[in-house]
Amino acid sequence: MINKQGFTNGIIAAVVLLILSALLMGVQLANEGTGLVVKLKHAESLTLIAVGAVIVFLFQLFRQPIMGTIGMAKGALPAMPVLPDLKQNPKLKNLLMAFGLAALLIWPFTASRGAIDLATLTLIYIMLGLGLNIVVGLAGLLDLGYVGFYAVGAYTYALLSSYFGLSFWVCLPIAGLMAAFFGFILGFPVLRLRGDYLAIVTLGFGEIIRIMLNNMTELTGGPNGISQIAKPTLFGLEFNRKLKEGGDGLFHEFFGLAYSGTYKVIFLYILAVLLVVLTLFVINRLLRMPIGRAWEALREDEIACRSLGLNPTVIKLTAFTIGAAFAGFAGSFFAARQGFISPESFIFIESAIILAIVVLGGMGSQLGIILAAIVMTVLPELAREFQEYRMLMFGLLMVFMMIWRPQGLLPMKRPHMEMRSQ
Amino acid sequence: MLKLQNVSTCYGKIQALDDVTVEVKKGEIVSLIGANGAGKSTLLMTVCGDPRLASGSIEYMGEDISRKKTSEIMRSGIAIVPEGRRVFSRLTVEENLHMGGFFTEPSEFDKTLKHVYELFPRLKERQSQRSGTMSGGEQQMLAIGRAMMSRPKLLFLDEPSLGLAPLIIKQIFDIIEHLRDEGMTIFLVEQNANQALRLADRGYVLENGRIVLQDTGEALLTNENVRKAYLGG
Ligand SMILES: Nc1ncnc2c1ncn2[C@@H]1O[C@H](COP(=O)(O)OP(=O)(O)OP(=O)(O)O)[C@@H](O)[C@H]1O
Ligand SMILES: [Mg+2]
Repeated sequence: MINKQGFTNGIIAAVVLLILSALLMGVQLANEGTGLVVKLKHAESLTLIAVGAVIVFLFQLFRQPIMGTIGMAKGALPAMPVLPDLKQNPKLKNLLMAFGLAALLIWPFTASRGAIDLATLTLIYIMLGLGLNIVVGLAGLLDLGYVGFYAVGAYTYALLSSYFGLSFWVCLPIAGLMAAFFGFILGFPVLRLRGDYLAIVTLGFGEIIRIMLNNMTELTGGPNGISQIAKPTLFGLEFNRKLKEGGDGLFHEFFGLAYSGTYKVIFLYILAVLLVVLTLFVINRLLRMPIGRAWEALREDEIACRSLGLNPTVIKLTAFTIGAAFAGFAGSFFAARQGFISPESFIFIESAIILAIVVLGGMGSQLGIILAAIVMTVLPELAREFQEYRMLMFGLLMVFMMIWRPQGLLPMKRPHMEMRSQ
Repeated sequence: MLKLQNVSTCYGKIQALDDVTVEVKKGEIVSLIGANGAGKSTLLMTVCGDPRLASGSIEYMGEDISRKKTSEIMRSGIAIVPEGRRVFSRLTVEENLHMGGFFTEPSEFDKTLKHVYELFPRLKERQSQRSGTMSGGEQQMLAIGRAMMSRPKLLFLDEPSLGLAPLIIKQIFDIIEHLRDEGMTIFLVEQNANQALRLADRGYVLENGRIVLQDTGEALLTNENVRKAYLGG
């Protein structure tokens, strides 16, 4: 199965690798007297390069059989189940959803604190994924700065709470509005841009927001961030051990329970579940409205949209603004849960993770996004020991996804054809 | 109803339309024929405000619309079936039609949808099919149906016969005629000169961005030059 082409390819690949890696890894600059000289590195790295070249050569040589095996492995992987179409059966759907929600709400009372905490984090990512899905999955606008709006939401709550003592419940809508406002003013000038340009500009905006937060030290505490952010309360009842001054009451005292930190964790978790349910509800409502359809139509064909009298910029702007609002909600909840935020929490990698959730989930499918958010938050936690290799595994996962299911875990399912009984 | 006077349009330095004067009267089918790259699509698009005309004037229902925004023009009773159909392929047939009726009064919406389904029973059968999976002819019907959903008074059709089999083309042209009989005014752009002119009350011939001939449909069909250039002898 070794053919001539494989051999030449192998030689070429190995030589290219040798040249590149010899320059990058094999030599080093050293001081000698007043000048710099190029020196060979120690033997170890040279061996590594040689081994690398041999591997590349062998891979190219046996490329066909290797790829064949991979192809077979791909075939052997279990096919993802296609969801039964619940549209035809709304009763069953409602029943399933009610069960699911009940299970979600009961589960924390049986689970460990760590697990609940992780679940809460997952729920935050689900919210972010659902929000970004409006922009990327539905409207087809590649937004790489989504984390900026998340930051706006988080800082809105943190600042309002620590400067004016406003409660979480008052700040939640304000944070959403604030993020939406940022989405609006940032979206306005850039949404004329297409594809790659839009991606780059939004990437820049995400960074600008983070850097601003970093530099406005007086207001935001700069890199030190804001700490001791108040936790959400249940109708004014706090979940702390001791009452803060001016507080209304304590949860465990009110209900005559012994103090336990777990109540707070469970409360936050339930809050997150409710926020996600609300998000799902609102987004599904929007999707059934003309504007939701317009987002999808715009993704499909902008010129056709224009020919129908729609103004693409306005439609994009609504997607951008509404998407940002959900990031704002998620952000304020994040700030409330952590009790501490700093610009560190809003680096680009967060945007990348949220985007990965949307892509992994299948661009547009909400169930897929929920699944992907779980994968993206729970897997790294399970693989704690491999912390250093996290990004590597992340990359591998993406590569495997592209081979195995390029359309996402659960691609948006639209009815293909309705069979009509004669 | 629609009057273009001395309209010129440029794409950068390329002049695509040169001093074009065209009129479409109420209730007519007017056909515009011309070779590839003559500027037929450009003419329709110029009326829609994209690209903007460089000089001249466009009057629609007695009002100059040449400075209006595309979105305004497309909501004022003009609809276009664009070249290459451009249906929203991942949306279902019904969703496509809904998009067409985006600005239609809710009180008229159901009536219009019903009308479109009557015109194209095929679309009704395929209501919930993804439009991208439909045949070319069905997609063309959908594109026309979608344009109809905005209840236009003036309908532009840009090469509706493109890439379709003769039988389907006939169906499409029958529908166009039917629409005219219902009182719609139609401006039809075609390379399929024979059928387009047979249907037309009047016709124009566009060459390199200039109108070189204009007459009734019948007269153009028998015109020596037209026969040679567009009807194959
Ligand atoms: N967006 C554009 N930018 C630059 N030039 C363009 C653009 N669109 C069209 N043109 C040019 O304008 C001229 C007329 O094009 P147009 O599409 O109007 O021709 P057409 O008559 O519709 O041809 P066809 O029958 O092939 O559709 C062509 O030379 C074309 O290259
Ligand atoms: Mg054309």
